[in-house]
Amino acid sequence: MNRFWSVLFLLVPVLGIASVLMAMYGVAPLESAWLPKSLSQAGDTIDQLFNGIHLLSAFILAGTVFTIGWALWRFSDRGDSNEKALYVTHNTKLEITWTVIPALILIFLAFFQMKSWAENKMDRPTVTVDGVTDFKPPMVMVKAKRFGWEFYYAGDDGVVETEDDIFVENLLVLPAGEEIVLQMESRDVIHSFYVPELRLKQDIVPGMTQFVWFNAREEKEIEIMCTELCGWGHYMMKAKLNFVSRAQFDAWIEEQKSAYSPEFKNEAEPAAFLRESNKSFSAKLSNVARPLLKLKIN
Amino acid sequence: MAEVTVENSITPEPKGNVVSRFVWTYVFATDHKVIGLQFLFSSLIWFFVGGFLALAVRWQLAWPWSDMPIFGHMLFAESGGQMSPGFYNMLFTMHATIMIFFVIIPILAGAFGNYLISLMVGGEDMAFPRLNMMSYWFMWPAFVCIILSFFMPEYGAAAGWTSYPPLSVFQGDAQSLWLLAMVFVGISSMMGSINYLTTIIQMRAPGMTMFRMPMTVWGMFITAIMQAFALPVLTAALLMQLSDRLLMTGFFLPENIAVNNGVATSGGGQVLLWQHLFWFYSHPAVYIMILPAMGMVSDIISCFSRKPLFGYRPMVYSITAIAGLGFIVWGHHMFISGMNHTLAMSFMVSTMLIALPSGIKVFNWIGTLWGGKLQLTTPMLFCVGFVSMFVIGGLSGIVMSAPPVDIVIHDTYYIVAHLHYVLFASSVLGVLGAIYFWFPKMFGRMMNEKLGKIHFFLTFVFLNGTFFPMHFLSRMPRRVADPYIYEGLKDLLPLNQFMTICAIGMGLTQLIFVANFFSSMFFGAKAGRNPWNANTLEWTTVSPPPHGNFDVQPIVRRGPYEYSHPSTECDFFPQTETS
Repeated sequence: MNRFWSVLFLLVPVLGIASVLMAMYGVAPLESAWLPKSLSQAGDTIDQLFNGIHLLSAFILAGTVFTIGWALWRFSDRGDSNEKALYVTHNTKLEITWTVIPALILIFLAFFQMKSWAENKMDRPTVTVDGVTDFKPPMVMVKAKRFGWEFYYAGDDGVVETEDDIFVENLLVLPAGEEIVLQMESRDVIHSFYVPELRLKQDIVPGMTQFVWFNAREEKEIEIMCTELCGWGHYMMKAKLNFVSRAQFDAWIEEQKSAYSPEFKNEAEPAAFLRESNKSFSAKLSNVARPLLKLKIN
Repeated sequence: MAEVTVENSITPEPKGNVVSRFVWTYVFATDHKVIGLQFLFSSLIWFFVGGFLALAVRWQLAWPWSDMPIFGHMLFAESGGQMSPGFYNMLFTMHATIMIFFVIIPILAGAFGNYLISLMVGGEDMAFPRLNMMSYWFMWPAFVCIILSFFMPEYGAAAGWTSYPPLSVFQGDAQSLWLLAMVFVGISSMMGSINYLTTIIQMRAPGMTMFRMPMTVWGMFITAIMQAFALPVLTAALLMQLSDRLLMTGFFLPENIAVNNGVATSGGGQVLLWQHLFWFYSHPAVYIMILPAMGMVSDIISCFSRKPLFGYRPMVYSITAIAGLGFIVWGHHMFISGMNHTLAMSFMVSTMLIALPSGIKVFNWIGTLWGGKLQLTTPMLFCVGFVSMFVIGGLSGIVMSAPPVDIVIHDTYYIVAHLHYVLFASSVLGVLGAIYFWFPKMFGRMMNEKLGKIHFFLTFVFLNGTFFPMHFLSRMPRRVADPYIYEGLKDLLPLNQFMTICAIGMGLTQLIFVANFFSSMFFGAKAGRNPWNANTLEWTTVSPPPHGNFDVQPIVRRGPYEYSHPSTECDFFPQTETS
């Protein structure tokens, strides 16, 4: 019976590592389970980190749990000897070894990943116009609301939040192969902008403005997910994200200009504007009881 | 030294008829063991409630919008038994709330803390028996609030156990009850922690120096310190959110946001402030939920290896280091929350540092096993299970402490996998091992070994079947009622169904435990004082110990781990034994 338990514990690292490798190298049945194919350079770097740290972890998992299983196999009391267990209380050299080696590995990991983080979240793209370097202006203003996404494209003036913005709901069309900056704000509660293919995620916090940037290398239709609980309809808060060629993009934008006349009036009368924009939306929500909120209004 | 008979001066022995005896023994109980058992039983009952909620969550993920068995037609008759998305949000919110605040924290600190601390340090009772009684009483307003909240709109709080404003501020009334319940739980834990600290510092038997205390007591001691420092912050934050909801203050609400056609809020607040305050408690809470289990596992592994705990002092120091570092890592929950991105770097470094003391503990447990004479009893199997599962949970913790990687896996099922490996596969396995180990002391009878081993085997297999595949769902967001609404996630349905079947199996397996627990309580083989041949003080008294604990005052002469000492005949050397 002791052998049975040692085998059970030995199976943990074996199955664990096998499945990690299967997911990493795309072997059935886990071929599509892990992350979808990366669409950007920054995503590739994150993937390398992701796979590298997982391989390292798998190696450590194998070492430790295998030792546990082996100790169970080797040292189980089978009642065939009267010898007592080894009387050892501590070993300072061992303690130092298994503190220092992991410490070195972790310090290496800590420094190694800083660049990727900076690229993704800190080094906002810049442009130089007439010798003046400034942040690259966002192409689209993303307004997250319960339970959908509003996209305001910078119109002819190239600036978002102006009269000539082009409004599209739940569909984001962007040119592939270009560095794109999005500005993001929330109308109500916290939302989170998640595009797995771009390895991109950013919470959108009411009262704060966030910027994200990315550069997709191919044309593809993917999805934007909301990954911060925002209420009962959180699950259906999705939008389409289409990467198209520059020519297709320009044609599409022209189409939108004629199709839809935006009325984005920023900062004019915020509270009134918000009430207006939420009106159609609230009709859908009327079946949800909000006794406390009613109390506040009255 | 003279042997002193312990006088029972705390409460009079209950007299009178059955009802008044019951009330005096179980309601106005000041005996730490009775209070410990009260915590144990209420936590176990909530464990099953929380488990049912988890199964309902899994049901929706495997067979979305299908008829829920049993409850579907009771609650959602008009929609033909399918749950509403708001109900789904309630399910995972209440599952987490109950499992964390009503099960793991109370069973570790409340049940085992109360039951074991006094016995293990050789005291007659806790330092403040009436405060101890109050600490259990304060669980009941929390229970009542949570039970009531199930009857409020949407059948309970549904803003996630993290309750991020502004969403939580605009939730239904159930959220207010949730906040109140958490305040009561906090007060209960606070009273407990003050009591544990005082007892451990003041009520130790003669000879019981700090470095002769078993790891269980060290775990409880450090946990109590963490609770005492972290809880006030949570309590303040809870009251702030409550006043945002009820008194129209704006601690967490910025200007000009409007939900559901309501008026724009007064504003002036910071949304991220809640997250900082909440995680300043709730990250240490993660360690509050594992350090006592680590302590108990250390004791059990040493006992069944018949070998001293390898590196006792490094074990103590590493617990202390985990607790200390635990206070400066909360920001790793907020890497992509919009918090300053430079700050993420410092939180990343402190989070990685915490891997070191955790690693030291794992290596020392393996060192304890190595060269031992292992007795693979049920408690031992659960504890070895704890160690191997903690390795997985700890390693996935390192993966997500890397901020660039966290961009991908934050708020996805990878996180769910990680936290269940730490909280379920580690803490709960540790708790189950501890129940099997101390059951003879608590009830004077042994639990059935065969049933125990079947329980372990099935739990171990099913928990890995449930939680290990979650690591591969790193593109599936958590808290989403119907992930298959996304084209890119449709292919994950079969994997989710597999996990749900394993989860149902795991739920059913716990019935074996229930059967074993209650049948052993009445019909188990009688346990003597020391059925496991263990060294620590609680095994020197009768099982179950009387009010006042020890018939003779224990005098401690050595550390708790002198197993297989070369100078002794037998392979254990109790702490009180004269040499």
